[in-house]
Amino acid sequence: MSGLDKVVTSYDEALAGLQDGMTVLAGGFGLCGIPEGLITTIRDMGKKDLTIYSNNCGVDDFGLGLLLHNRQIKKMAGSYVGENKIFEQQMMDGSLEVELIPQGTLAERFRAGGAGIPAFYTATGYGTSVADGKESRNFDDRDYIMERGIVGDFAIVKAWKADRYGNAIYRLSAQNFNPIVATAGKITVMEVEEIVEPGELDPAHIHTPGIYVNRLIQGTFEKRIEQRTVRQG
Amino acid sequence: MALSRDQIAMRIAQEIKDGYYVNLGIGIPTLVSNYVPSNIEVMLQSENGLLGMGPFPYEDSIDADLINAGKQTITTVPGAAFFSSAESFAMIRGGHVDLTVLGAFEIDVQGNIASWMIPGKLIKGMGGAMDLVAGADNIIVTMTHADKAGNSKLLEKCTLPLTGAGCIQRVVTDLAYIEIKEGKFHLIERAPGVSVEEIISKTAGEMVVSGNIPEMQW
Repeated sequence: MSGLDKVVTSYDEALAGLQDGMTVLAGGFGLCGIPEGLITTIRDMGKKDLTIYSNNCGVDDFGLGLLLHNRQIKKMAGSYVGENKIFEQQMMDGSLEVELIPQGTLAERFRAGGAGIPAFYTATGYGTSVADGKESRNFDDRDYIMERGIVGDFAIVKAWKADRYGNAIYRLSAQNFNPIVATAGKITVMEVEEIVEPGELDPAHIHTPGIYVNRLIQGTFEKRIEQRTVRQG
Repeated sequence: MALSRDQIAMRIAQEIKDGYYVNLGIGIPTLVSNYVPSNIEVMLQSENGLLGMGPFPYEDSIDADLINAGKQTITTVPGAAFFSSAESFAMIRGGHVDLTVLGAFEIDVQGNIASWMIPGKLIKGMGGAMDLVAGADNIIVTMTHADKAGNSKLLEKCTLPLTGAGCIQRVVTDLAYIEIKEGKFHLIERAPGVSVEEIISKTAGEMVVSGNIPEMQW
């Protein structure tokens, strides 16, 4: 790393400064578009009492499930999280704190956090348990609840290609939460399939401008499929 | 005869109009895509960041980077677009999706919906359901009229934690097509061969029946 060049060559360097008790935001939807190597590194570092914001929490032996397995997560905040048995056990025995957030609210909380917006109003969740303890307000004859922007100590995301400056593009639906999570980290670490030289990517096609990216690392990806569904023929 | 899952999907598909952007939930709603008339153009929205969802892929074209909101491998149709989750829910919460079809555990006469959580059972989360019911004007809920023990799911007041309050106006069950207005269920159509009396007996909330109730057609 020097100047605008964000490339780091080791995972230790990519996640340097991560401490016990920090808040980590993670991109991905299910196992699609997750920063596989960064998650594995957090596991290997053994940092504990982490608060994780991510739409999902992986499966028992892959993705964020690895951190659950190692009991490194104190609090998990996401929209749909019960797809692994370890999660269920830790939630039931009280060792894991869980915050369930409507998916659109989660996305908007990342977006707001990254854009310097501390809070916003949404109709989502009004009249449900999601509204408990939250300020509500009526605009134009409709009720809304206030939700807070999220900023993480670290944001970990996965992109397809990025240039050395961190200008990145995503592939297909592996985009999902990654662009907004990338905006919301005090330190944003991006793991990509391919790093190219500045100028190689069409500037008009950049999804995440490099200004949001602090560290960039090239990884290798298993890309595990959660629900393999096919057509016959 | 109560409708099969596919027959429910066929009835709902009649509500899809040419040029619609449609979000289909998991389960029976997904089946609706099989019955969209071939002479109209429709785009299916998948809330993980895709407009223009196509059918499941053939074995040799599976791509781990291309999934739907149910995490199933899928394909795209010509004219599809990918975008971030924030963009996806801007479409949903901003009211840009023309029709949303989703399942539920319970509905009540006030248009409340409970679809995401059964206390005492494993809680997985609401995913995008709360955003969908809060953001869409045009929602069709589909579910069986009663549970396996025969208890009605169309109630005076929902007993389970709500997904949204006062947001549901149309329900298609295996027995009937029902509208909700002014704090009552209104029977609009019945499944072929199912009597009005049977539907009323399996509906716990107040049901208005006015005039002759036609059988569903498709």
